[in-house]
Amino acid sequence: MMLNQKDLLGIQLLSADEIRLVLDTAETMKHVISASSKKTAHLQGKSVITLFYENSTRTRLSFELAAKYMGAASANVSASSSSVNKGESLIDTVRTIDQMGTDLLIMRHPQSGAPHLIASRVRASVINAGDGMNEHPTQALLDLFTMRARKGGLAGLQVAIVGDVMHSRVARSNLWALIKMGATVRLAAPGTLLPPGLDSLGAIVCPTVADAVRGADVVMGLRIQLERMQKALFPSVSEYARFYAVDESMLQLARKDAIIMHPGPCNHGIEMPTLVYDSDQSVIQEQVTNGVAVRMAIMFLLSSRRNV
Amino acid sequence: MMRIAIINGRVLDPSQAAGEPVAKPVFIEDGRLVAKLSGDADRTVDADGLFVFPGLIDAHCHLRDPGYEYKEDIASGTASAARGGFTTVACMPNTLPVCDHAALVHYIRDKAVRQGKARVLPIGAVSKGQQGQELAEIGLMAEAGIVAISDDGHPVETADLMRKAMLYASPFNLTVISHCEDMSLAGGGHMNEGTWSTRLGLRGIPDIAESIMVGRDCQIAGYTGLPVHIAHVSCRASVRLIREAKARGVPVSAETCPHYFALTEQACDGYNTMAKMNPPLRTPDDVEAIIEGLADGTIDVIATDHAPHHNDEKDLEFALASNGIIGFETAFGLGYTLLVRTGRLSLRQFLAAMTVNPARILRQPLGSLAVGAPADVLVADLETPWTVARSQMRSKSRNTPFEGMTLAGRPVMTICEGRITHDELC
Repeated sequence: MMLNQKDLLGIQLLSADEIRLVLDTAETMKHVISASSKKTAHLQGKSVITLFYENSTRTRLSFELAAKYMGAASANVSASSSSVNKGESLIDTVRTIDQMGTDLLIMRHPQSGAPHLIASRVRASVINAGDGMNEHPTQALLDLFTMRARKGGLAGLQVAIVGDVMHSRVARSNLWALIKMGATVRLAAPGTLLPPGLDSLGAIVCPTVADAVRGADVVMGLRIQLERMQKALFPSVSEYARFYAVDESMLQLARKDAIIMHPGPCNHGIEMPTLVYDSDQSVIQEQVTNGVAVRMAIMFLLSSRRNV
Repeated sequence: MMRIAIINGRVLDPSQAAGEPVAKPVFIEDGRLVAKLSGDADRTVDADGLFVFPGLIDAHCHLRDPGYEYKEDIASGTASAARGGFTTVACMPNTLPVCDHAALVHYIRDKAVRQGKARVLPIGAVSKGQQGQELAEIGLMAEAGIVAISDDGHPVETADLMRKAMLYASPFNLTVISHCEDMSLAGGGHMNEGTWSTRLGLRGIPDIAESIMVGRDCQIAGYTGLPVHIAHVSCRASVRLIREAKARGVPVSAETCPHYFALTEQACDGYNTMAKMNPPLRTPDDVEAIIEGLADGTIDVIATDHAPHHNDEKDLEFALASNGIIGFETAFGLGYTLLVRTGRLSLRQFLAAMTVNPARILRQPLGSLAVGAPADVLVADLETPWTVARSQMRSKSRNTPFEGMTLAGRPVMTICEGRITHDELC
């Protein structure tokens, strides 16, 4: 069993079997992270470049450590210190990186579809580390990995996703992934932060957070960006928190063994109170660890495919 | 001057009385259509198996000259138009500088006479610099030869300025062409708002961003009793409003473009920037409404909105890519294949939308094969399938979503004022 594509551009392009393969491979990789000597030879002799056009702490570090644990040579390019600032086009930039013998090119970009644009122009395997409002596939895979580890499976899971669905690539990737794996996805957000057509794409759009969370196995909060307020998408932080926070009273409605997730970074007290964020039901710290394992799995699977 | 005889072809002129194409010769002398030649023909065109129509008229294109000659110029743009069967093109004023004064109108007309392979009719700006604030020198531009005014590329944002433009342009015998877009709804969007924009994670442009402005302009035209022409209609909501306004006797006319009946928003899948345009490609239901609008006469004109862009302006992240596609060399084939071959429009209706109707709206005595008219003629092959190939195009730009598409309906000879401007028959 292998990945059928050169690149990981989005969950939309993966089959359920491929998702399962990534999750299974990540199980193995997770042992490496907890071992005393974090070293494997899975990416020995490979080069990995991270190219980030947006700020990131956990995603970028997670990819870099994953690459190093597997023995790859890795380097990072920051948009702020490169020729990007001289106005070089994206295609020209990635062609240059490609010519230096790059095997895996990991890119985060503020524009939806940027990884799709470059994928056909480079020999390297492109991994989408977040593109605009479109997808963040490795986040969704680590979220599924975490859900599966805690719940024993994905089919039939009731997952509530609460917050700025409109601008969230995390929400989109999770939606695609969960539907493919047979889970039910319920969404709740202010009406101004819901894109059209979600129901026809397989989600259940709920009028209130309570409706989304009731009976859920998994409750996922999404980051709200404060600049959305300036664009009149919601009136104030306190009003947002009043109607859309995942707080203790909402948690009462979920299943007793429900887990709390958040892709980070979290606005404490807005998306969820710190008490919820740090509660026994929260798996938010575990998500971070699993992120390294899932990224190791993805890089290994894409690079081993190239060896065939 | 040259004498041309076109023989054995089947002739259809939608400006003349109804009827089927008739087998008859067409004679050209001194740049005009004549009943018979005064001497031997310099060129006899055997149009056996071919059709003879009035030369096509494009009410809406961008020739990019002056200022953006790396995309297109008057020579390359009109060569592209000639290959597409056009003998007249009306070019929008969003050049650099903007065509908002008489000197630029003279520049375009002079260059077209010297280098053009089609008659070029400049459209002047509504407002100075297309800024939507003060009226441009519409009268002086009229004197210099504009055929209409438009701020195309931008909406005339205030109803007040749109009303003033109609009132001021009227005595100069000019129609206002309106680019309908409510920027408060459309701003920041990159494709039609709907399931596909959600799926691709792109900001959407709802169809009401267009139709709200269409409704506004129909109301202003109704109030003033003065004509307005709605550019590039893309959606059902606009078609409905125009149909209702026409039924009430409002002097509104409208155009659409081949891409709005040939493609849907789905063409944006894979972040295909060749499918990025403004207004955006819409849903299958909108495509159906556009075709219904053409069939029942709600939409008068098929224009190209030929919008050349350099490769590096399209080979970009979707949100950063320029809007628009080139259109001269595919318009006739797309229309014939998708409207006439499918039985949705008669050949006469289709041709009228590309000849006599735009001539009427631009108030030009063109688009006719009557004796004495300028010899603007299209000879077309309606049978042989052909494949769209960028490599064969005459435009400087290559931004077409139709590469590789097989069409029927191909201009094989174009004659503009008696001059052969495109010739695949020699």
